[in-house]
Amino acid sequence: MIAAAATSIKAPYIDWAAFSPIVALICGAVIVLLIGLLPGRRVREQIVPGATVLTLLATLGLTIWQWGENTSIISGALAVDRLSLVLNVVFVATGLVTVVMSLRERATVQAGQGEYYTLLLASLAGMAVLVAAQNLVTLFVGIELLSIPLYVLCASELQREKSLEAGLKYLVIGSVGSATLLFGLSFIYGATGSTDFSGIAAALSSKGETIASNPLMLTGLGMAVVGLGFKAAIAPFHQWTPDVYEGAPSPITSFMSVATKAAAFGIFLRFMDVAVIDEALTWQPLLAALAAITIVVGNVGALAQTSVKRILAWSSVAQGGYLLVGIVVSSAAGLEATLYYLVVYVVMNLAAFSVVVARERETTHGDSLSAFAGLGSKRPILAVPMTIAMLSLAGIPATAGFIGKLNLIGASVDGDYAWLGVLIAIGSAISLAYYLRIVAVMWMPDRRGDSPETDRPHGQPEIIGLAIICSAATIFFGIIPSPIYDLVRGAGESIGLL
Amino acid sequence: MSLSIIIWLPAVAGALSLLAPRAVAGRLAVVGALATLVLAVILLVGFDNSAPGLQNVTDQNWISALGIHYKLGIDGLNVWLLTTTAMLFFAAILFASFREWERPNLFFFFFAVAESAVLGAFCAQDLILFVVFFDLMLIPFYFITGMWGGEGRVQATTKMVIYTLIGSLLMLVAAVATGVIAAEGGQPLTFAISGLQQAGLSTGTQEWIFLGFAAAFLVKMPLFPLHGWMPDAYRTMPLPALAVFSGILSKVAAYGFLRIVIPLFPDGAAHFQELLLLIALASIIYGSVMAFTQTNLRLIFGFSSVAQLGFIVLGIFALSPRGAEGALLQMVNHAVITVPVFLIIALLAARSRGSEDIREMGGLAFRAPLLAALFLIVSLATLAMPGSSNFIGEFYILLGVFESKTVIAIIAFSGVAMAAVYALRAYISTMHNRVGAQATPREIGLQDALVLVPLVLVILALAIYPQAPLKAAQGPAARSVAKARLALDPLDQRASTQKISQVTP
Repeated sequence: MIAAAATSIKAPYIDWAAFSPIVALICGAVIVLLIGLLPGRRVREQIVPGATVLTLLATLGLTIWQWGENTSIISGALAVDRLSLVLNVVFVATGLVTVVMSLRERATVQAGQGEYYTLLLASLAGMAVLVAAQNLVTLFVGIELLSIPLYVLCASELQREKSLEAGLKYLVIGSVGSATLLFGLSFIYGATGSTDFSGIAAALSSKGETIASNPLMLTGLGMAVVGLGFKAAIAPFHQWTPDVYEGAPSPITSFMSVATKAAAFGIFLRFMDVAVIDEALTWQPLLAALAAITIVVGNVGALAQTSVKRILAWSSVAQGGYLLVGIVVSSAAGLEATLYYLVVYVVMNLAAFSVVVARERETTHGDSLSAFAGLGSKRPILAVPMTIAMLSLAGIPATAGFIGKLNLIGASVDGDYAWLGVLIAIGSAISLAYYLRIVAVMWMPDRRGDSPETDRPHGQPEIIGLAIICSAATIFFGIIPSPIYDLVRGAGESIGLL
Repeated sequence: MSLSIIIWLPAVAGALSLLAPRAVAGRLAVVGALATLVLAVILLVGFDNSAPGLQNVTDQNWISALGIHYKLGIDGLNVWLLTTTAMLFFAAILFASFREWERPNLFFFFFAVAESAVLGAFCAQDLILFVVFFDLMLIPFYFITGMWGGEGRVQATTKMVIYTLIGSLLMLVAAVATGVIAAEGGQPLTFAISGLQQAGLSTGTQEWIFLGFAAAFLVKMPLFPLHGWMPDAYRTMPLPALAVFSGILSKVAAYGFLRIVIPLFPDGAAHFQELLLLIALASIIYGSVMAFTQTNLRLIFGFSSVAQLGFIVLGIFALSPRGAEGALLQMVNHAVITVPVFLIIALLAARSRGSEDIREMGGLAFRAPLLAALFLIVSLATLAMPGSSNFIGEFYILLGVFESKTVIAIIAFSGVAMAAVYALRAYISTMHNRVGAQATPREIGLQDALVLVPLVLVILALAIYPQAPLKAAQGPAARSVAKARLALDPLDQRASTQKISQVTP
């Protein structure tokens, strides 16, 4: 009976080569989980992270192998193109950084090495699926595969109340977001009769009606945007961000702030610029308003914070607002500007988080601003990378962040949304107030000699190395930006944008 | 000679002094600044006043995806400012190297990087490159003020940066918009200033872009009412840094009007001419009045700067060749005067137990005649004494304004008179009168004299021969304002005097 059913259902053809990066991540996750079950502390502490790194490197290799492909696989469920490949590289790089950051982390011991790294890999697999999705079902599978491991990872520091609280909060709010998204997607399916992005676009244009005249589609699109807004921490759906970022173990916070954001914006770009691109004129003003609110709320919210992780959380909300500008203009230039900014955002934010992780372990002040007091004279090796990261996040010239903003402003003027460009400028100016507060605490302490006396500068060369590499890259790409241009060029074309 | 060498030499020396042992850090920075000065003087001597267009051009692709070039060049607008910058930075760094600084390596590193950024801003011939250098020159001063400043330094420096960067970021948007909108007709995207001059932007576009640039420049100078950051920053910034900050960085902004704003957005400039003239006038009056109510020497000359820059903007926005030439000459004059003023303030403060309040000074002239003489010459130059180069500069400026806006010129004259009041008040209360309660009269030391005497000689030289910078400025200044003049009155330029004075209420 089952055999008969199996023969009657025609399984889709799978291009395993193009699918291989995702397969590698999932297989790696299983293997890492199994290795984690082996007895022996040394095995767990060294072989498990090692296997994770190997998995990531294999994924990177397979991604590079597929470079230049532009196909859709598994009956059009996933797209292998410049957009998804570039973001794959971003995910793998972030994953590698997170593994290094986690090496001495308490959470890995408390949650179990195997489980921790497996969840990390599973989440990365979800991201890879998500940004390649060109079908509503794959989209939802990807977003859940991304989110569920993250809920657990946030709570992985089992003996710290705040970590558990962060995990629970993220779970509840994330589920609301997912439910809204799913509801919205079903409406879209109901309105168009298709789950394919291209099918949705075709249905919309063939019926000759606009989104605005179709209440079902309008509701669906609205709810989908809200659901994605939760994942991408776009105001006013960002409220979970500061609490979750503060409570989660710092390597996980760092991972969420860059990789989750990149994944959410990746699918945002693909969905808006493929499925509903013909209706751009309808949703552009709405999204522009969201971008404006996000920039203002994120930057203003950061002003009064005293915890560096909370500042970075609000800052990531604001940066999300800048990224949204590239989606609003819905042009190839906009998409490439967003992708460009995502890449540099990842680099500069990782530099900042490396220093936060390092300082958390060196002092008893946690991630409070006071942990950074006088760092400029005590530990310039950490203060300089942090300073560069802050200046770059604020968009000061000669850093990668400046070139990123340059692109976004250019795209906004080009797409007749010059006022959003002005808003990016004003937002950046406000952001200086909190970025410079961190810089000032490090280099301009109020009283001489007033610094955390409880320093335990124990050896963690790998974190310091990360901070230096990321900040050096921030400067390098600020002066010689062409490698990133080469990376993202053609991403807009690959999904059919002009 | 490649301009890149001149621009980056100080930064390289600064980077070396960062790595060098503490004792030689200052000396390395001095050597770098001196070498830059020598190269700048060679450049000035080799400069051809008669040749039109840019000289010593460097043009390389920087960000090809956006058509942004690393393009440098000099002409009559910037060659004198470039040399002046190199000279004054050398003086300030030398002066600073005679003093003790906490963490000297870092201090001189920032100082040297600042010089590179300023030189870059003066040479940049690409809009984005200019914005990059313009923003970059703020960062060293952020750290210098925050790390080596006086009381309230962190707040003051943060305020300064935020104020200035709001302007700069708006300028960035305006600059990007200029390139993008100019390329909308299908032309390749370019940000080269020379290339954008041909692009005819619509009047409406020019107007909002003009405001973006004006915001950046007016904050940087600063002019009334955008000067909110100035008193705090001036009060805390270490004096050698303040000298170049007040003397030179404000000129980059004024220069930006002549290099970028007026040639590129002539319609915008013509449209906002009266607004800018009124801001300039308000700054002259407000700055002068504030200058003679203050008792802190830094603030007296800080507000005096506001007034002087008011004059410069007045000259620029007269939109006449005379006014622009006068403004350019006045930029050089004001820079050359401001730097010795703030260095002298440092000497005066050292003679009154660190106090910079004129009520606690006085009576130095008798015991310190050389110092008094230096200060006297500088003060007389500040008040634009006939015979000084400032007199010529202000004369040209007022002449330019008179041609079109008589009323404004007449009111601006009062500023000249008020300058005499505050400059002489500062001189008399520090040098004459009774010996102040805190004051210990002491002659200027040999080292400091080595810095100040040559600077004062330069002031005298300019007084004797102001034609040198004027000659270089003549052609380019006229070209810079030509289009805006045409926009002001497309029919008949010569009739413009009459017509506009009738319209003016």
